[in-house]
Amino acid sequence: MSRSRNFWLAVIVVLIALSLWVDLSKTISITSPTNGAALFNLNTDIRLGLDLRGGLQTLLQADVPSCAAVDPNELNVTRQILESRANALGVSEVTMQVAGNCRIVAEFPGISNPEQVVAALQQTGLLEFVDMGSSPVPVGTVIKTDYGQTATQPALTGTAQSPTAIPNSTATPEPLATATAIANTAPAATAQPSATQTAPATVYHTVMTGAALDTVNVQTSSVGQYEIAFTLKSNGTQVFGDYTTANVGKYLAIVLDKKVISVPVINSAITGGQGVIQGNFTADSANALAVQLRYGSLPVPVKVVESETVGPTLGAESVRKSLLAGMIGLSVVIIFMGLYYRLPGILADLALVTYSLISLMLFKIIPVTLTLPGIAGFILSIGMAVDANILIFERLKEELRSGRTLRQAIDLGWSRAWPSIRDSNSSTLITCLILYIFGNTFGASIVKGFSINLALGVLISLFTAIIVTRTYLHVVLDNLKLDEHPNWFGL
Amino acid sequence: MNIIKNRYLYFLISLLVIVPGIIFMAIHWVNTKEGPLALGIDFRGGSLLEVQFAGKLPAISDIQTIYNKYQSTGGQSLSDSLIQPLGTDSYSITSKDINDATKGKIVADMQTLSGSTVTVLSFNNVDPAVGAEVTRAAVVAILMAAVAILLYIWWAFRKVEHPVRYGTAAIIAMFHDVFVVLGVEAMLGYFLHWEADSLFLTALLTVIGFSVHDTIVVFDRIRENANIYRRVDYEVMVNHSVVQTLDRSINTQLTVMFTLFALALFGGDTTRHFVIILLAGIFSGTYSSIFNASPILVVWENREWRTWFRRKSEAQPGPAQ
Repeated sequence: MSRSRNFWLAVIVVLIALSLWVDLSKTISITSPTNGAALFNLNTDIRLGLDLRGGLQTLLQADVPSCAAVDPNELNVTRQILESRANALGVSEVTMQVAGNCRIVAEFPGISNPEQVVAALQQTGLLEFVDMGSSPVPVGTVIKTDYGQTATQPALTGTAQSPTAIPNSTATPEPLATATAIANTAPAATAQPSATQTAPATVYHTVMTGAALDTVNVQTSSVGQYEIAFTLKSNGTQVFGDYTTANVGKYLAIVLDKKVISVPVINSAITGGQGVIQGNFTADSANALAVQLRYGSLPVPVKVVESETVGPTLGAESVRKSLLAGMIGLSVVIIFMGLYYRLPGILADLALVTYSLISLMLFKIIPVTLTLPGIAGFILSIGMAVDANILIFERLKEELRSGRTLRQAIDLGWSRAWPSIRDSNSSTLITCLILYIFGNTFGASIVKGFSINLALGVLISLFTAIIVTRTYLHVVLDNLKLDEHPNWFGL
Repeated sequence: MNIIKNRYLYFLISLLVIVPGIIFMAIHWVNTKEGPLALGIDFRGGSLLEVQFAGKLPAISDIQTIYNKYQSTGGQSLSDSLIQPLGTDSYSITSKDINDATKGKIVADMQTLSGSTVTVLSFNNVDPAVGAEVTRAAVVAILMAAVAILLYIWWAFRKVEHPVRYGTAAIIAMFHDVFVVLGVEAMLGYFLHWEADSLFLTALLTVIGFSVHDTIVVFDRIRENANIYRRVDYEVMVNHSVVQTLDRSINTQLTVMFTLFALALFGGDTTRHFVIILLAGIFSGTYSSIFNASPILVVWENREWRTWFRRKSEAQPGPAQ
């Protein structure tokens, strides 16, 4: 018995030292003594959720009739492309997670221009080079093309692309369609006055899609207009050359997500595999389009179904207030336990402090993102941590009243209280699990964060109540002759 | 102390709390035809924008005029938006769901209107279809939790006679607490226009966990005493167990209440609704585990329902048979 007690005491001391170290430092790194290289690096800064630090959280959902039809792999590719786009737009620390069958949770901490970012992300980013023949439509018109639909007419230049599949653009460069040139010398045919008749029924032929693009860059034209320069992959270059050669003098529309962004005239055959997209671009919109083209179109189109923005001031205020409330709550509990249960109460208070230190360490190491409900869950778990101690102490008092010696009473108190601690905490863990599944499937990160914190709290509290308090009590008993002072135990 | 003897009195007290709650839920349902509770945008879909004005706070009607210019994502008018002042320099505006682009335009218009900086404190937008789905899933989550806990208790008490009774009694006590929480929410919704959001759901699920946690502690003592006092009448044994665990129940309740009171008083507006619901639920959870769950076991053991409708002596059934 005494040996296992010493073992646990050693474990507790090590744990406390370790958690103090982690709790008080922002990064932990271990460098090799021989060459000074970092062997181990861990960022232990506490992670605050968006509700506490401010930022934008959106829930994106596949824009398809049925969630069941979404291929998980394609959804994952979509997530990767979205993440690349967000990073390329200069938003830092973006996290994106697939939630359930057809949703993606995207979090952007500390963002100042949520509208633009969301708009740029949500674009499917399907670029098409569309054959307009000799009657162009105005810029901004939404048109129908034969790409992505069952081909109503055979492709003019003979490359019948797989009609229904949207290209998986991060994968291999599919030879999707015939390439088309854009007359890089032609002035962008913005707002052609001749073509006010939109003729919505017309289905235009897509000659080539953005998948044939190789490199994409933003540049300014000689007159200071922003434009997007691109080069084509080799198969694209071939088709591009053929098409422009055959269609000099005709119009070619550049269409993004079925919306015409420019309608240049093909001035001459271009076989070099290079071109420029001109349009009414600002620096931002040109850059956003370039980003979309660079990372390809989304295999699954998405729409924003939920969006939440929290300003940084509100978050900071919440952190300050919940910390204050947590401190006050914890102090009241500590005073109550000390007054009511005397010596064991004070030891339980020490165990409670140990509990808080260990929890904070785990929050930092795992890491757990702290949200407001997460903090509430943690504070609630303090209540449950105390409950285990209360159960044991009430048992301890009963055993003392029935005439057991102190040491017998301690061991009996613990072993008799164990079944109720086990069963009651198991039921809490079951609830946490169901909350977690619910939160995860629906991208409800509030519910998810709460369940993780509560479950973690319950597990740590089991350890502190069963092992830590008891070890402290035995250590005190070993060093002080308390056996003749039952009033120290609240009797 | 004899708690079990007065069991019908305690059942009556529970009904006195639950029935008004149900009445308020019915009132809401009849008035709005939408359901028993005023749901927040998390469940119903819609948009909530909180903005702070650096300069003079514009009039509500001016804000409404701005909203009237725009349309929801589904193309509906925003003329039924609810605009409420938030402190002295901010507005909280609930409307049909709008996308981020529309929100940007609205904030820009507010900026022009007030002639000073407008800060977005928070913006939350939920597609109505998603909201409806989340509501369904929330109900499923609660039922799933109930079934899982019932099965766990059944298993944990498998060595006692009639283990299923313990599980069932715990679940009845749990639904008691669910109804108390829903009732309190309905009343708060009626008087203070509070809406049930996803934090409310989190609170409700916590109450469920805590309620069962509390009930199990009492049942565990019954399980233990059932083996010790084999000759004692079941009713006496259950009462003895409840009294033995009373100190613990009250002390645990107190410590949780302390932290919750601290959160309610100092924790700020964001969590106040959440904490008040938790307070009501945790109190109910302790009450139901002492005054409902264990008495139900006795009622079941005595099969007292056979005497319920026989005579007028409903309040004093005494030991049946």
